[in-house]
Amino acid sequence: MGEIILKDVVKRFDTVEVIPPLNLHIEDGEFAVFVGPSGCGKSTLLRLIAGLEDCTEGHVIIDGNDVTEISPSKRGLAMVFQSYALYPHMTVRKNIAFPMRMAGLSDEEQNERVMAAAKSLNLLDYLDRKPGQLSGGQRQRVAIGRAIVREPSAFLFDEPLSNLDAALRVGMRLEISEMHKRLGTTMIYVTHDQVEAMTMADKIVVLQAGHIEQVGSPLELYRSPQNLFVAGFIGSPKMNLIKGPLAATHGAKTIGIRPEHISVSTNPQDGAWQGTVGVAEHLGSDTFIHIHGIEGCDPLTVRAAGDVEVSHGDTVYLTPDAALIHKFDEAGQRI
Amino acid sequence: MAIVAQSSKWSTVGRPILAWVVALLFFFPIFWLVFTSFKTDADAVKPEFLFFFTPTLDNYLNMTENYDYWRFATNSVITSVLATAVALFVGIPAAYAMAFNPTRRTKDVLMWMLSTKMLPAAAVLYPMTFLAKSLGIFDTHFVVIMVLALINLPIVIWMLFTYFKEIPKDIIEAGQMDGVSTWGEIKEILIPLAWGGIASTALLCFIFCWNEAYWTVRLTTTEAATLSKLIEGNRAPEGLFFGRLSAVSAAAVGPIVVLGWFCQKQLVQGLTFGAVK
Repeated sequence: MGEIILKDVVKRFDTVEVIPPLNLHIEDGEFAVFVGPSGCGKSTLLRLIAGLEDCTEGHVIIDGNDVTEISPSKRGLAMVFQSYALYPHMTVRKNIAFPMRMAGLSDEEQNERVMAAAKSLNLLDYLDRKPGQLSGGQRQRVAIGRAIVREPSAFLFDEPLSNLDAALRVGMRLEISEMHKRLGTTMIYVTHDQVEAMTMADKIVVLQAGHIEQVGSPLELYRSPQNLFVAGFIGSPKMNLIKGPLAATHGAKTIGIRPEHISVSTNPQDGAWQGTVGVAEHLGSDTFIHIHGIEGCDPLTVRAAGDVEVSHGDTVYLTPDAALIHKFDEAGQRI
Repeated sequence: MAIVAQSSKWSTVGRPILAWVVALLFFFPIFWLVFTSFKTDADAVKPEFLFFFTPTLDNYLNMTENYDYWRFATNSVITSVLATAVALFVGIPAAYAMAFNPTRRTKDVLMWMLSTKMLPAAAVLYPMTFLAKSLGIFDTHFVVIMVLALINLPIVIWMLFTYFKEIPKDIIEAGQMDGVSTWGEIKEILIPLAWGGIASTALLCFIFCWNEAYWTVRLTTTEAATLSKLIEGNRAPEGLFFGRLSAVSAAAVGPIVVLGWFCQKQLVQGLTFGAVK
């Protein structure tokens, strides 16, 4: 079990309110990702769930029990930190066994679980090394191993991949996703990387300044962002947000169109909008074209499939997919 | 290139010479103390025997036979060891709390602790003496241990605080998530990680306790008197017996110099900690 409910949770540091009253429901077995820019309160929210910070107001409920006043160790959760937070004076074996030793498990059971975790995380060869002798990826695996052996009701990940290089990050991302599928345990994952959020989550919670801007599945957020913040935050490259007369023709203050939902052509008959190519980034599989001259959005980004032969200064004609234009009112809310 | 050559000449010749000069300057008083301790009281004040004299062990023999050196030495060991233990026992949890659960007032508390070191000891001499006498603890190990522990507590807490601050808070929090109690955090995580720092702090505290004279001289007479008291006791009204005094002083600083010699690596680490990452 690992159902987590936040009820009217408020966190203030002195007079600064970092989390205004907030409600959230994370289902048992769900992979929830908290995503948002730096300082949006996502890590604080995770720490409130963990019990490493006290709620100023409100309640944290895990599996029906109010744990607001209960210490972190008694909440039945396991956390993986951005800095790995391994015990540098202990070997990998002792690091992984530590929570079990604290819980008073027998030596045989400790050993059994350490071996099982080490096997699943490819750490068998490193059990007698100290953390200082491991690479970043191996350290992160040890931290995950230490979390797994506790058999927690939920895993909390605080930007666990931020310290790894890009290639390793993709690998670890897959490993964590696979682990979630295998264990079926609730996971809450904090990241500022929307690609991680999109690829891993069952449910994404987009936060800004402590507020929940939107909660939904990755595709719900992609398809129907509820406001300008979510529209701009989810998706890579970012959604083009166009203001002014072009938006007014659609009866909105701002319209949004994703780069992949605009077709580009050099034929004047093929386009509704006309612009000039600033930079064309050729990735092989895709071409990102940054276009100037579109009123209300400069530059406008287009993602064209394959290698499109355009270069700086070319005049291009654009057609947005009318069905996929997002409209927002003056308050930035979806119409 | 010229600059490189110059700097290497300075580092191979100039710096060692300067280091030796400074070292000899610091060492000279100790050398002179030991040197004088082998002179008779009469020879010690005569200019003609400044360097050339007949060495004698009389001062040392006299000290152990007539002045009960070993009792004073034992008292010094007991009070310094126990005062260091008390200071650490109180200091470790205090520094832990301030390093890992700071509040808005933590800095003020630390400054306040340090400010107690700025108070002249003489200002509280009479209250302390009266208190000790009226509680019936004057001239007991207990009062010496408590006073030594308390006067060194600010520096102990400051040093430990600095060491503990170097330990990432995440590791302590990982411990909390892993089900460790507060005492467990200190025992299983903090002490093993800060072991070098704790050892340096203990060593420095022990040296301060051993060398302390103001309070040990004034709060003891015979029972709990330490080596400082023994030195002070050799100050005679009719003049100083330099030979005897030197022998007592050499025997008092001897153990701490030897200890310092063996632990110099820890000490240097303790005194320069935080200077470089």
